[in-house]
Amino acid sequence: MSQRIYIFKGFERFWHWSQAFLIIFMLITGFEVHGSYSLMGFERAVDTHTFAAWTLVGLWCFAIFWHFTTGEWKQYIPTFDKITDMVKFYAIGIFTQAPHPYKVNPNRKHNPLQRLTYLGILAFVGPLIWVTGWFYIFHDQWHAWGWDAFLSLEWVAFFHTLAAFIFLAFVIAHVYLTTTGHTPLAHIKAMITGWEDVD
Amino acid sequence: MNNFERFAGLVVAAVFAATALGPARASSDPSPAPPAKAAAAAPGKPSTSTADHGKFKVLQQGFKSGPEVTKACLTCHTEAAHQVQGTQHWNWEFMNPKTNQRLGKKHVINNFCTAIPSNYEFCTACHVGYGWKDENFDFTAQENVDCLVCHDTTGTYRKLPGWAGHPVYQDTEFPPKSGKMVKAVNLADVAQKVGKTGRNNCGACHFYGGGGDAVKHGDIDSSLREPARYLDVHMAKDGLNFTCGDCHKTTGHAVSGSRYNPTAVDTAKHIRGKEDGNAAACQACHGHAPHKEKTRLNVHAEKIACQTCHVPEFARGGKPTKMLWDWSTAGKLKDGKPFKTKDSGGHDAYDSRKGDFKYETNVIPEYIWFNGQVDYTLRETKLDPTQVVHINKFNGSPDDGRSKIWPIKLFKGKQPYDVGSNQLIVFHTYGQDDSALWSNFNWDKAIEFGMKEIGAQYSGKYAFVETDMAWPITHMVAPKEDALACKQCHTAPGRLDKVPGIYMPGRSGNELLDMAGWSIAGLTLLGVLGHGAGRIVASRRSKGHQGGHP
Repeated sequence: MSQRIYIFKGFERFWHWSQAFLIIFMLITGFEVHGSYSLMGFERAVDTHTFAAWTLVGLWCFAIFWHFTTGEWKQYIPTFDKITDMVKFYAIGIFTQAPHPYKVNPNRKHNPLQRLTYLGILAFVGPLIWVTGWFYIFHDQWHAWGWDAFLSLEWVAFFHTLAAFIFLAFVIAHVYLTTTGHTPLAHIKAMITGWEDVD
Repeated sequence: MNNFERFAGLVVAAVFAATALGPARASSDPSPAPPAKAAAAAPGKPSTSTADHGKFKVLQQGFKSGPEVTKACLTCHTEAAHQVQGTQHWNWEFMNPKTNQRLGKKHVINNFCTAIPSNYEFCTACHVGYGWKDENFDFTAQENVDCLVCHDTTGTYRKLPGWAGHPVYQDTEFPPKSGKMVKAVNLADVAQKVGKTGRNNCGACHFYGGGGDAVKHGDIDSSLREPARYLDVHMAKDGLNFTCGDCHKTTGHAVSGSRYNPTAVDTAKHIRGKEDGNAAACQACHGHAPHKEKTRLNVHAEKIACQTCHVPEFARGGKPTKMLWDWSTAGKLKDGKPFKTKDSGGHDAYDSRKGDFKYETNVIPEYIWFNGQVDYTLRETKLDPTQVVHINKFNGSPDDGRSKIWPIKLFKGKQPYDVGSNQLIVFHTYGQDDSALWSNFNWDKAIEFGMKEIGAQYSGKYAFVETDMAWPITHMVAPKEDALACKQCHTAPGRLDKVPGIYMPGRSGNELLDMAGWSIAGLTLLGVLGHGAGRIVASRRSKGHQGGHP
């Protein structure tokens, strides 16, 4: 019989959803700044994109603090244990109603694929977009700080856009994978209420 | 001068204004020096001057000529003529310190009316002097300086092309055979009412450069007499109401600002008065970081001239500016007579005297990197007739560290050159003789006469070469709400499409990255949709199986 366990804490859920909103918003405004389409106008897109970026920075200050004070950062330590089972599950088992190979509990919230993906996002793609974003934001100061000697806006933009494309692909896959719980909305419910049904 | 005389003078002025002003301005024949409208002596605004020139005995005489007035002026303003004689307005000559080229109207051949030698009497209607009718003009004679053209406040002082810088002393039909009369100027009246130079004084020549209203510059024309705020934020009557001289600060008759040696990048640390620099540069008043709220724009200003955003178009005042002048078609006659054709806007499209024209209003400028160095194609310069000849080449590059992106009017033309020497030609356009192009429509004679006049060798063979000439766009500054919006450049295609060496979000991007990025995102989407569809199908099948359906 299934039981309910409390997986996602209040701050974690707040962090997740506000971050989700900001990232999607920045994808929309960012690609407008990039020139991919016209939506709210270049100037507003730049202004709101920048504002959202600083908001996310603020959110992250709390999130980093929270991860280290609570020890939750350990959730992202990579493991290859059961990773082939996970791949097999998504490739085959999910179509044959096979049981999920990974059981979550509050100390191991993420399956090994999630761990790897999130670590990759947090440790590589995230910093790439942060650093290039900051270069962008402080483009005003390059000259004054002497940075224009070794920075080129073209390359800053290139890597910022590259990271944005990876984020876009991540968001698409991530949203889809939320439907792979024992019911299509189970994971989303868990991220809203904090409670997950487990077998 | 008694009251009656003063009254009579006013009446003459008023009648002149009423008769000459209207029809002359509506005339299809553009005249370089139409009357200035009375403005400086605006009613209700008492003069703050400490001198009433009407009270000076020396000005209360029946002046017969301009030089007589000047002599009277000089009895008090002892140094004025000397000062004027040191300026470009007098000498029509400028030594470019950057290129050592000898420039100025006296030397340059442009692609409008081309050159003044052999045409002095016509061109010097806009000289601040009297009597420059040939190359023997005495540039040292003080009485030849024309004080009135810059200091007239009555709007009745008018110099006509053909009088070598003199105003008309008798009632004169102008343009010739037009039936329109220009009244003789009342020199005493004008002299007694002199004042500070106003926009109409400058405008009498500068609005009409190139042979008519708005023709030459594109950003200077008669719409600046009474511009709305939208047209010129500095000169609008209900705004700052600047005169030309408020920006073109003048010291001892030397006017600041130069088109021959422009300040492309103002590096002076000044706000006006604290350090020497070009007083007419925007930065002289606005400084280098004028955007207080949107500070990001101050960084833009490190690479982009103020004018690029703040003068969004030129010829914005409703007066079309000339964009093309093709001399090669001049001289066609209909039934042995010269003729004109008009474009849909009512402006000359063809004139037997001058060739083909193209006029435009609200023109989007060309944008270029410009570092202030201008190289002229002069009389002595050898040209390549297979290429477009740059009358004045504006130099600059994204990498030289001293250029900014500037808006320019690029004026295109076709004009004669000497096939034998590959040099531009001076030809005779105007004169009371049988060689002037505008009287006889004969290129051979006009060229021979012109070249002889300057003592130049001429092979006897001419052809027409394509030319262009750049004019910096800097006047008619719009209020900030009408400046360019980000999107006008940050888009593709945008305003700065032809400007190299800059990465602009919204305009530029790595096409390969875009292709790869959208492909990955698209494939991810396809992948998850396929995966999802597979799950739906699989779950239906297994349900069907479990439920025992066939």
